[in-house]
Amino acid sequence: MKSTWVKRFVFALLAACAVLGATAASAQQTLETVKKRGKLVCGVSMNVAGFAYADNKGVMQGFDADVCRAVAAAVFGAPDKVDFVLTNINTRFQALQSGEIDILSRQTTMTFSREASLGLDFGPTVFYDGQGIMVPAKLGVASAKELNDAAICILPGTTTLQNLADFFRANNGKFESVVFENPDELRNTFFSGRCDALSSDRSDLASIRAVAKNPADYVILPDTISKEPLAPAVRQGDDNWRDIVSFTAYGIIAAEEKGITQANIDEMAKSEDPEIQRMLGVTGDLGPMLGLDNKWLYNAVKGVGNYGEMFERNLGEKTALGLTRGPNNQWTNGGLLYAAPFR
Amino acid sequence: MIAEDISLSPAPRYRPSLSLKTKLRAYFGSPINSIITVGCILVIAWALRHVISWLFVDAVFVGTPAICQQESGACWPFLVAKIRFMLFGFYPFEEQWRPLLALLLFFGTCGTAMVPVFWGRHLLFGGLAACVIIFWLMLGGFAGLAYVPTSKWGGLPLSFMLSAVGLVCAFPLGVLLALARASELPAIRVLAVVFIELVRGVPLISVLFMASVMLPLFLPSGFNIDNLLRAQVAIILFAAAYIAEVVRGGLQALPKGQAEAASAMGLHYWQTMRLIVLPQALKIVIPPLVSLFIGFFQDTTLVTIVGLLDFLDTVRAAMRDPQWQGIAVLEGYVFAAVVYLIFSATMGAYSRYLERRFRVGHD
Repeated sequence: MKSTWVKRFVFALLAACAVLGATAASAQQTLETVKKRGKLVCGVSMNVAGFAYADNKGVMQGFDADVCRAVAAAVFGAPDKVDFVLTNINTRFQALQSGEIDILSRQTTMTFSREASLGLDFGPTVFYDGQGIMVPAKLGVASAKELNDAAICILPGTTTLQNLADFFRANNGKFESVVFENPDELRNTFFSGRCDALSSDRSDLASIRAVAKNPADYVILPDTISKEPLAPAVRQGDDNWRDIVSFTAYGIIAAEEKGITQANIDEMAKSEDPEIQRMLGVTGDLGPMLGLDNKWLYNAVKGVGNYGEMFERNLGEKTALGLTRGPNNQWTNGGLLYAAPFR
Repeated sequence: MIAEDISLSPAPRYRPSLSLKTKLRAYFGSPINSIITVGCILVIAWALRHVISWLFVDAVFVGTPAICQQESGACWPFLVAKIRFMLFGFYPFEEQWRPLLALLLFFGTCGTAMVPVFWGRHLLFGGLAACVIIFWLMLGGFAGLAYVPTSKWGGLPLSFMLSAVGLVCAFPLGVLLALARASELPAIRVLAVVFIELVRGVPLISVLFMASVMLPLFLPSGFNIDNLLRAQVAIILFAAAYIAEVVRGGLQALPKGQAEAASAMGLHYWQTMRLIVLPQALKIVIPPLVSLFIGFFQDTTLVTIVGLLDFLDTVRAAMRDPQWQGIAVLEGYVFAAVVYLIFSATMGAYSRYLERRFRVGHD
């Protein structure tokens, strides 16, 4: 008798939870809320250098932060109208569901189960990553398939271990995982030679390799063992807000394709290209269709630059991370970035 | 009864002053002792040599990340560049004099409160006034100061605030809970036991989680309780349960005769507790209470799990700057350790002082 009562109580609690979650999710008012608040609230994480980090003055910098700044510029015309909230692996989705943040721009991989069951919608992929493996050059390994019985250092990521296990099972290999809670510890252990290999996202591997005493001592193997499309996420059920985030992201990608930069945007506004005219609000009314000013994309690009500028500033070869564009290049240059047309 | 009362006061410590010869004999008396002593000295010297060369000899004092990368010693320019972020987190850069002033005021208030001469009612009011001023300095929003939302607070002021406010609020609550648990009224006793055991049966991390992850899902959309406040309340409730148990230990250590004598004098319950029982009980529990305080001061680092940026977390975040990542690894942690050590050691030393003082005053 007692246990059924408890069950009923727990069930009622969960039902109440779901109802409240649903009412929060169905609210089509994020843009209104954001405008009324006067600030965009953006969830980021400071785990991976280059994506979000504090500069010496305590201002949030990085690629993920700039995605939010672009949206803020599109909504308010000013890229600095953002409050950054720190989220971690455990709190990121709840923060979005409960309305604490408007956008989750935090190195989050778009996956089927997250899209289908977590009450959130992903925008377009803004960074194509994939899990890779790095080994010391002196090991003489050319492919991950040659690694058998290797001790592989990893961080306790949500999918890092699973991807490795899947890969080695598919190739009939074995490996031993050595898990570290702290990225610094992981790095130092690997450099001191206590693991045969280190596995993480390729962007992460590149940044780890960049800080080695002699980067040439380490090679990143060509195998990419998982796909990690990193995308900003918004609450499910607010289509207008999702469109704003999606097309701001597409907009800065398209701006690079069209050659529009922070510096030459005023020049480009005089362009004869009808798509550029529509994008920058010279003709047409794309902005008002989203509930924004017609200069929305002009403001976004003016505020943070186009995709290429954002990449080079935060992650590119001139930074300490030294990432190459790789798949994060325009489709016209052999990459995967392919923005929806603006018409 | 009399004999029992005497046994309450600790026996005076016997501390013979040793002559140099006796001391030497203790260290080099037998061959084995000599080997152990020499071995220990060698190990200490070896460790010291490495620590000193890392701290000073091989260290970089002025320079860029590139210079640090080439040296094997400490990289102090990292601390110089990042110190303000480590101390104050995302608090607006131009306004950082405010948390600095708040910190100084906090230290001043604590320092004053630690000196017995100032103990009294006016200290209580002074402390309250200091709290209000500190809060106004941090939050702003009126009287000429720009508003700074709590989401921008971080670093050392946040760590101190969480632990100080937590413990100051939890202490009276904990004492009340301890009294309730020792109460003869069953309803009150059961409530206190349930609360204490419930809180003590759950890790602090899960209480923080419940407060910051579950709670918002139950609240209507758009209605948010401040994240900092949620964590603060969780810490207060948590600390109260632990303080209650420590204080209960003190209550039980007191002979029953004390309360009975007070009743015989015609004192009612609250008078008995305030004048007779609690002063003695609290005196007994100073050491466990202070170790609890030190523990909670350090436990506030757990708030990082709910997205608040405490001091240890700002230090960690500073190391994620791509300019310094992988170059300055230990320096930040050393700095954090030194700061925590200074404050924990101060609390410990003060507790020993209090014990000595009260022993002189009462025995």
